Amino acid sequence: MSVLLDFLKTYMWPLIFALVIVGVLPLLAGYVVLLERKVMADMQARLGPMRVGPHGLLQPIADALKLLIKEDIIPESADKLVFWFAPIISVTAAMLAYSALAIGPFFQIAELNIGLIFIVAVSSMGIFGIILGGWASNSHYSLLGAMRSTAQMISYETAAGLALVGGVLLAGSLSTRQIVQAQAESGVWFVFLAPIGFFLYLVASIAETNRAPFDLPEAESELVAGYMTEYSGFRWAVYFLAEYANMIVVASIATTLFLGGWMRPFSGTEWLNFLDFFPPFSFLVVAAYCFYRTPKQPEPIQSMVMALFGGLCLLLAAAMALPFVPAFAASKPGLHGAYWFLLKVTLYIYTFMWIRFTFPRFRFDQLMRLGWYFMIPLSIINVLGLGVYKVLRQLAWGVLPALIVTTGGTLLVAIWLVWNAQKKIAIPGSVSGMTEAEG
Amino acid sequence: MTPQQISQIAFYFFAGLAVLGAILTVTVRNVVHSAIFLITSLLATAGIFLTLGAQFVFAVQIILYVGGIMVLFIFVIMLVNLDVALHQLQFNRQKWVALLLALALGSQLGFAVWFAREQGVLDIPSGRAGTLSPQNVEQFGQALFEKYALPFEIASVLLLVALIGAVVMTKKRA
Amino acid sequence: MVPIGHYLFLSLALFIIGVIGVVTRRNVIIILMSIELILNAVNINLVAFSRHWANIDGQLFSLFIITDAAAEAAVGLGIIIAFFKNRETLLADEMDLLKF
Repeated sequence: MSVLLDFLKTYMWPLIFALVIVGVLPLLAGYVVLLERKVMADMQARLGPMRVGPHGLLQPIADALKLLIKEDIIPESADKLVFWFAPIISVTAAMLAYSALAIGPFFQIAELNIGLIFIVAVSSMGIFGIILGGWASNSHYSLLGAMRSTAQMISYETAAGLALVGGVLLAGSLSTRQIVQAQAESGVWFVFLAPIGFFLYLVASIAETNRAPFDLPEAESELVAGYMTEYSGFRWAVYFLAEYANMIVVASIATTLFLGGWMRPFSGTEWLNFLDFFPPFSFLVVAAYCFYRTPKQPEPIQSMVMALFGGLCLLLAAAMALPFVPAFAASKPGLHGAYWFLLKVTLYIYTFMWIRFTFPRFRFDQLMRLGWYFMIPLSIINVLGLGVYKVLRQLAWGVLPALIVTTGGTLLVAIWLVWNAQKKIAIPGSVSGMTEAEG
Repeated sequence: MTPQQISQIAFYFFAGLAVLGAILTVTVRNVVHSAIFLITSLLATAGIFLTLGAQFVFAVQIILYVGGIMVLFIFVIMLVNLDVALHQLQFNRQKWVALLLALALGSQLGFAVWFAREQGVLDIPSGRAGTLSPQNVEQFGQALFEKYALPFEIASVLLLVALIGAVVMTKKRA
Repeated sequence: MVPIGHYLFLSLALFIIGVIGVVTRRNVIIILMSIELILNAVNINLVAFSRHWANIDGQLFSLFIITDAAAEAAVGLGIIIAFFKNRETLLADEMDLLKF
């Protein structure tokens, strides 16, 4: 018994953080779904969920309750154990990746010195949730959808990993904390030193999480079928949660590696220190808007919930303003770091949604061609370019000349690859392979 | 509980899981279940690598072996999925003789290991041990690109050959 | 510290189970999976000795074995698929002609 207490005391903070992540991540994923619906509505010139709670703010809770009380249907000839286990693999892989990520300088479950490869390794485990789920459903459409989704994910996983290698080359370490510190030391975020790596990671992560325009396996589940066909009710909710948690994980990796992690923008310059007031200010603005809209709600219960949300935002603003009280000044990196990190993650996810509602979907062979003929060669050339950049810096070139040389070279290779693909060297017999002479 | 003790308990747990997974791999009737048990065994092995402090090999095992080779296996299993295979005989005609011979081989090797342990052959003579830095990935990378650069290049040529071979074998004859 | 003999016995157990899988089963895919078990057992052996002798070479060699296993699994499964397209069978007993 005392051994157990001893264990709990030594690992108290990691256990608390793990409980917070496991508890908060489903709620957060639910609100990301709401954000997506509101953003989709905004880009389609309509309003989105407005009824369940003020401005739809209670919609995720209503959705979760609905999915929980739905009937649990299992196909008769399905493999019951694997059918039950597959969504769990997906969501475990997504949540496990969070154990190495640092949300602020303080909020981290485990400081691994192989942090980034650990996250890549664990994310690659999520593929099994999809393919085993598709197989266990014992239906042709599920299996085909699962195989397409898996093929897409393993193709873009290589490109994503190589794009991350570029960032690791610049940082010199795999640990998430040291990567952010390397960005602090070098003064610029790595997105400016490795823009092509960031672009590659953006595209590859959209394909990794099965988002549009790479969502043919998923859209099939809206139109015809997909690996989620036979899953209903709470099992489907678990798959959905895994997908959105995956999105948050991928955004966190990009933020840590390319966007400066928990650092304030321009944290080096002194005269921009007024940006330190941005966290509490932003929450105050949101709280003011909540209180402004409170009397305008149609129902009294919605007014009460709106006032409640306003109060919550005021509480968060107070929490963000806490470091300005001299007694609590030490909490500034922790609180403000977490705020900037989550803000960047939100902006990255907003970019995902923006891209989703702007571009049409890729056909599957176009998707695979993009992955293998463009992304993987370009990511290898990107690693080469960043190696050249490091060598040039060691030879005492300035940052800007070295950057122009290497980024320019990689960009030329990218343009050549795209031009090459336009010549349509394709599989004989496929539609996209027909030139104008044949087609 | 010191990290050492946790490491020990973790090793015995992962060792048991690996052996259980391996036994179930070679005995189950359904091929997909067999693949799932092999995945479990490989993950347990990755855990053993982690308790040994080989962090890079742990990550590589999960990315390559589990996330690459086993996905390939499951793809192929689903491509050649035969319902009739579930009702056929699973073990071949020489199973008892083969089992006996395999166990004889096992007991020979086991006796060799036990004897070596008794005789102290497995202990390190003084002064011969090297150094393992706690920065496993850095030391690994340095050794890979300095001392083992030629095997690294040969391994990449091997992968190229395997890639070409796999593509050639599954192309349609024109 | 777990004594080196325990790692060796674990590696031996996995190796023998893999060997039993190769010589006993009829389904060629399971034979290939048992070969992966054998390679895995060798990896455990190498990494355990790498720690025992505090030398990084063991882990390096196990990395090459994993690479090798990937190449071999790819080619082996390609052969199986090519064979399956011709003969519709996955049983090692029935793959008994050199040319057909």
